[in-house]
Amino acid sequence: MSNFAKTFSSSLGKKLIMAATGLFLCTFLIVHLVGNLQLFKDDAGQAFNAYAYFMTHFTPIKVVSYLLYASIIIHAVYALVITMGNKKARPIGYAVQAGSQNSPWTSRNMGILGTVLLVFIVIHMSNFWWKYHNAELPYAKYEISLDDPSDITVSELPWDAKRLVHSDYVDTQAGKQVIVSKDLYKVVAHSFKTGWYVLLYVISMAALAFHLIHGFRSAFQTVGWDNRKYVPIIRFFGVWIFGVLIPVLFAAMPVYFYFFK
Amino acid sequence: MNLTLKVWRQKNADTKGNFVTYKADHVSPDMSFLEMLDVVNEDLVKKGDDPIHFDHDCREGICGSCSLHINGRPHGPKQGIATCQLHMRSFKNNDTVVIEPWRAEAFPVIKDLATNRSAFDRIQVAGGFVSVNTGGVPDANVIPIPKVIADEAFNSATCIGCGACVAACKNASAMLFVSAKVSQMALLPQGQPERYRRVQAMVAQMDAEGFGSCTNTGACEAECPKEISITNIARMNRDYFTAKLFKEEEV
Repeated sequence: MSNFAKTFSSSLGKKLIMAATGLFLCTFLIVHLVGNLQLFKDDAGQAFNAYAYFMTHFTPIKVVSYLLYASIIIHAVYALVITMGNKKARPIGYAVQAGSQNSPWTSRNMGILGTVLLVFIVIHMSNFWWKYHNAELPYAKYEISLDDPSDITVSELPWDAKRLVHSDYVDTQAGKQVIVSKDLYKVVAHSFKTGWYVLLYVISMAALAFHLIHGFRSAFQTVGWDNRKYVPIIRFFGVWIFGVLIPVLFAAMPVYFYFFK
Repeated sequence: MNLTLKVWRQKNADTKGNFVTYKADHVSPDMSFLEMLDVVNEDLVKKGDDPIHFDHDCREGICGSCSLHINGRPHGPKQGIATCQLHMRSFKNNDTVVIEPWRAEAFPVIKDLATNRSAFDRIQVAGGFVSVNTGGVPDANVIPIPKVIADEAFNSATCIGCGACVAACKNASAMLFVSAKVSQMALLPQGQPERYRRVQAMVAQMDAEGFGSCTNTGACEAECPKEISITNIARMNRDYFTAKLFKEEEV
């Protein structure tokens, strides 16, 4: 085996892969959240649809998105491989094991929390990502007055295979900017009106919170970054940004649509 | 006080074990846990039964022999002590005490509560040494070492190799032990020439012995009788990745 292969099949190497993919997924969450905040804008989804188009058609982002899909798969597969190895390391378990007295709950349940997240990702992507790419979605036509940008008229256009996913032109005679885009917003709004779907989102975001409260700081420990000056900052970020702020804002989206739209 | 003991009995490595319940009556709160077991064993011997087999040696917390998993925790309910330093005043009258051996593939049961921890020795042999002749006793402070570094190296060196870290870890990972042994030498000048070869060799042996991976639960440092910190694990990882990915130093 080459030195490279040996490194990444060692127990430390496998953990390095978990840490690296995990941290990459954390950075993605920030981007995803910032983009999705467009859902709160009261413009019938114009900003959100423009953002969806940008995310799926801007080449650098497309490249990174494939890296992202790979990261999700690698993170899950390596978690499985490592967990199987860990189970093999203790074939006969304890009759009594008081884990709660020596370690935090989150750290002992990363596998369960991760499984919840994986199920969530599959449902989430098949509902939005798959539909946006493959389903025959209707289009939304936004007519925005050039004199008053808050004056927006929306109309629905039917599915047309020849139509561009997103088009944008200025009709000077009518004094309007006309934007036509594939209407992902409609799918989102419809999904977020479904009770079980909203519940699934809230539960999954709770799982995400607990997963990241342990996972974020744990990744830094694994790569060996435990500088005494920065550990408190890492812990603060892990708990309050990744453990509280991000999951709460994500969960707020379906809840907001369900109750207030 | 009177206690009920549920003790793991296993004839040898090849047989299946099971729990056997014993009564320990008139236990003095001033006894150590091992003394309590000595008294139980005396009764068993008098009755002609096989006494409970457990490892012990110095009985003052420095040899690392004693290794009992008591009520779900290595070395019992207290922090920073080995089983021999645990006293019966930590229990209440009529308590049920479950006593198990360390559970790990790499630590097979020899008999009852005694496990074979020679996997640790093999990890040490793989690289946990400094191979230079030390010569005569050097003058003090010939090699200046900052106090904080010396203290940190000393803290790592206090590891007695009892295996409580492996026993406590939900993955039966030996990383706290290995990282302490790596750190005590990586921190000091004498350990530098072999620093990166050492960490690679010891990690490779740790993996070969069948220990699990670290998930940073921190259970090991919470249960370590010498309170070795998981900072050592971060240091070991740093050295290992430096060697493997940045410095290209072969084993």
